[in-house]
Amino acid sequence: MISTQKISKQFGDLVVLKDIDLEVEKGKVVVVIGPSGSGKTTLLRCLNLLEQPESGLISIDQQSIDFGKKLSKKEIRSFRKKSGMVFQTYNLFPHFTALQNVMEGPVTVQKVNKTEAKKRAAELLTKVGLKEKIDVFPYQLSGGQQQRVGIARAMAIDPKVMLFDEPTSALDPELVGEVLLVMKDLAKEGRTMVVVTHEMKFAKEVADEVIFMDEGKIIERGEPVDLFERPKEERTKKFLNLINQ
Amino acid sequence: MKMYLSSSFFSSENIAILQDSFIPLLKGVLSYTIPLTLISFVIGLFIAVVTAVFRISGIKILAGIARVYVSIIRGTPLLVQLFIVFFGLGNLGVDFLKFEPFTGTIIAFSLNTGAYASEIIRASILSIEKGQWEASSSIGMSYFQSLKRVILPQATRVSIPPLSNSFIGLVKETSLASTILVSEMFRKAQEIVATTYTPLLVYVEAAAIYWVICFILSLIQDRIETRLNRYVKT
Ligand SMILES: Nc1ncnc2c1ncn2[C@@H]1O[C@H](COP(=O)(O)OP(=O)(O)OP(=O)(O)O)[C@@H](O)[C@H]1O
Ligand SMILES: [Mg+2]
Repeated sequence: MISTQKISKQFGDLVVLKDIDLEVEKGKVVVVIGPSGSGKTTLLRCLNLLEQPESGLISIDQQSIDFGKKLSKKEIRSFRKKSGMVFQTYNLFPHFTALQNVMEGPVTVQKVNKTEAKKRAAELLTKVGLKEKIDVFPYQLSGGQQQRVGIARAMAIDPKVMLFDEPTSALDPELVGEVLLVMKDLAKEGRTMVVVTHEMKFAKEVADEVIFMDEGKIIERGEPVDLFERPKEERTKKFLNLINQ
Repeated sequence: MKMYLSSSFFSSENIAILQDSFIPLLKGVLSYTIPLTLISFVIGLFIAVVTAVFRISGIKILAGIARVYVSIIRGTPLLVQLFIVFFGLGNLGVDFLKFEPFTGTIIAFSLNTGAYASEIIRASILSIEKGQWEASSSIGMSYFQSLKRVILPQATRVSIPPLSNSFIGLVKETSLASTILVSEMFRKAQEIVATTYTPLLVYVEAAAIYWVICFILSLIQDRIETRLNRYVKT
């Protein structure tokens, strides 16, 4: 479904991603963990083309994009629609209601007619448990509710893969559960997902594969039980010790 | 002395002058001051948005043009700009560049408003979080779709207070058009004074009318702000 070959990205002299090879099969959930600054966000942003790698290849759903050559804006946009991005800080559109936030992609980008988009947006919001909140503005929602609108908004464009960048790390602890629950539902439905998170319980329950990154490289990957219980690499052990403290 | 002043100021003769001059002044307001302000502001705002987008576009030549334009307008007095457009261009002998006083004023004022307002709009656009651009890109929007649907609506909210300032400033600056014989309110006041010889009286009356217009405008500004603030926490 989604794969990358030798993705490399640098900011100025700072190499942030080095030859990342990633493979996510359809319907699978991959969780990415790693220390701060290891390049997890950058990797997701590359998959969504919010950043452009200097070299490498990404393919999603049989469409490939090669960063060796110059890409047109149109190519970038059409490729971007294949993935739905959920941001750490939600980034909802504050001047739109929850429903308008979710409708925006379908109406403005995909030119779906309004009535239909509205119906579908309401369904999505119902699905994330916000049926009652469709007509309120983001500022009237809790962080957890805002993030669920963020998820619905990303799903509204029918992406082939959902990308989550620490979706719960800006939330108060008591609000984390409701967001993870929505994500679990998506996983159960067979959505392909790449999730950067430090919620180990979630990773253990939901992930098909966990990837540990450090200094822009994938250090180790494996099924959650293996990686968490029997890490092979020294760096993985160190990191797991740190977060389990 | 004071008594004398106030009693003479509100003498029946003076009150008659005030009354007689009110209608001509009001005519000046309705047929010139307000149209000049509105038309110049609308055109100016359009120029301003284009200029602001040029500046932030990252396209060197467009940003350069915008920068030079803003610099020239901000670096020279409005009155001088007005004279250049009206007398200067008019004197070139090219029919196309000979403007009626009204048109000339609108050209000068639009260009002036455009430059100042572009800085306001540019700052407002830049004040919108980067995450908004990213969120709109991530759902597949193009640069212009993001700008139109997500960034400008939010930037509008931020820019209303400073733009209202510009608008109110413009109302008062239309008095400069009197120098090229546009019969706006201040020109009317000057004409009245030339026959009545009561400068204090008539100019204070004109000032009062400017103030009332600006007061009403600030009320409208409040309403717009309230409306645009409906989606932010107060
Ligand atoms: N736009 C940018 N310009 C320059 N450097 C950047 C930029 N974005 C990220 N970096 C740098 O790239 C490195 C990787 O950043 P990234 O955000 O991908 O890390 P991360 O693994 O997501 O970290 P965290 O867990 O703190 O979110 C960091 O050193 C960061 O400072
Ligand atoms: Mg990050």
